[in-house]
Order: sequence, then structure tokens, then C-alpha cells
Amino acid sequence: MDRIVKNRIILEFDGRPENVSLSRVTVAALATQLSVTISELEEIKVATSEAVSNAIIHGYQNNPEKTVRLVCTLYEDWLEVEVKDEGVGIKDIKQALQPAFSSDPERMGLGFVFMQSFMDEVVVDSKVNLGTTVTLRKKISGSGVKNKAVS
Amino acid sequence: MTHILQNKNDTLVVKVVGELDMLTAQEFRETVEKAMSGALVRNMIIDLDKAGFIDSSGIGVILGRYRKIKAQNGVMVLWGMNENIKRILEMSGILSFIPFCSSEKESWEIIAKKAFKGA
Ligand SMILES: Nc1ncnc2c1ncn2[C@@H]1O[C@H](COP(=O)(O)OP(=O)(O)OP(=O)(O)O)[C@@H](O)[C@H]1O
Ligand SMILES: [Mg+2]
Repeated sequence: MDRIVKNRIILEFDGRPENVSLSRVTVAALATQLSVTISELEEIKVATSEAVSNAIIHGYQNNPEKTVRLVCTLYEDWLEVEVKDEGVGIKDIKQALQPAFSSDPERMGLGFVFMQSFMDEVVVDSKVNLGTTVTLRKKISGSGVKNKAVS
Repeated sequence: MTHILQNKNDTLVVKVVGELDMLTAQEFRETVEKAMSGALVRNMIIDLDKAGFIDSSGIGVILGRYRKIKAQNGVMVLWGMNENIKRILEMSGILSFIPFCSSEKESWEIIAKKAFKGA
């Protein structure tokens, strides 16, 4: 992987539902500094949304006063999104990554399915009671248009 | 934003404008529950024509309403998904059991046909 950092943003925000859209739009806006296609942008938005929602819903059990940290880094032809919470952590990461697994009967267990389908790499680092860091990496093909406005 | 467009022939027409994520899924659930508690609702049409984004929280809330409709032998139909939304809904598997089409008119036809057959 190319290691030259082209740009990086670090964002810390309250674990409030409003900040899920804020974070995915921010990441998408930064991603347009690489040559992303519209469909790659959509994929990046969904994956970011899933990681941030999980941090708020599961990590922090919807406590809005807790802080989610997001680091988005652009490399020459890679995008990396790291989402970190200091919440409850995941006891069994392998089980959590299984499609359709959810610890909440109301949910479908789709978050990791989307992250894994839409990104090239998904790394989960978690410790019970210490928190979870999810790192998403996507290779940017370079066939898209640079600096296109994101809505 | 979720709007209740109408409630006609026991069928609630729900329109989603913009994004359906963790924040707006909550609003969707509340708006639809309120409409369902105040009137007789058997079937549901969800208009996604003006929806621009959906994630697992949005899919979860649609599935939750589907289960309620199904439990009372009603019919749910989705229409108006753009390419991105359709792809995500397909991946989730819900399109294998929730009927979908491309206009409100067709949605009413599907409901008429299925309701006639007893769903
Ligand atoms: N940040 C996190 N902190 C603690 N647990 C997590 C975290 N992220 C995921 N999990 C655990 O992993 C499980 C699977 O996550 P995933 O996003 O795939 O499904 P979900 O969030 O349960 O459902 P959906 O994403 O469809 O709403 C969750 O149910 C939860 O138990
Ligand atoms: Mg999730």
C-alpha cells in the first residue's frame, strides 16, 4: 500500500444520531480529493455510517455524552476511515462479524456486511470495557472525477 | 423526513424524503406508529422516490413495520428506489419477500391483487 499521506482529518463528536450524517458527509467530501466515482462515494458513505452508528448504538449504548473519534486519511490511491469508541467493546469479534449476527433482536446484523462488501479491508480491534476501533480501507480506482461537489 | 401522505382503503402511504439513517429511522418509526395507532391500517405503501440514502438502521425500521403489517395479514409495497438504494436493499435480502415496483399506481395494483388473494 502506498504510504504517502495526501490529507487527513480528525473529528471528535458527541455520540448523537445527528452526527452520523455529519460524519459520512465529511468523509465523502474528503474522499472527493481523490478520483472517486459516484458509486464509490455512496459505498464510502454507507460504510462510514455503519461504523459510526455502531459506535453510538452498541459501543456507547446511545449515551450521547460519549465521544466518537473519526480519523480519515487519504493516501495516493487509498482511503482509510478509522472510527473509535471507548465503549463496552466486543466480546467475540468473530461472531460480531458474521452476517446477520446482532446482539439486538430489533436489528438485522447488516452493518459489518455492508462495511465488508463496500470496503477492501475491515479491521476490528476491540477490548471489553475499553472500546472498539474499526478501520475501513478502500482502494480508489482513480477512474472518477476529482473534486466534484458532494451533496 | 417521513410524511404520511394518506390513509385510504386501510392503506397507509408513507413518503421518505432525504436520508433514512439512525436519526431519521427513529422519526420514521414514531410517525408511522402514531398513524397506525390512530386509524385502521392494514397495508402500507412506502414511497422512496425522494429518498437519497439508506443504511442498516433504515432497513431495520422498514423491516420492523413489515413484520407488523404481515402479522395482521396486510401487504407492504416499496416503490421509487434509486439504483444505490435498490442495491443496498437487495444485499440486505428484504427484497426477496417485500414486493417493490416503480410507481405508486403499481403499488396500489399489487395491494389490490394480493389483498384479494388474502395476501
Ligand atoms: N462499536 C461497537 N461496540 C460494541 N459492539 C459492537 C460495535 N460494533 C458492532 N458491535 C457488535 O457487533 C454486532 C454486529 O454489528 P452489525 O453492525 O453488523 O449489526 P447490528 O448493528 O447489530 O445491526 P444493523 O447494523 O443491521 O443495524 C452488533 O450487534 C454488536 O453486538
Ligand atoms: Mg450496525
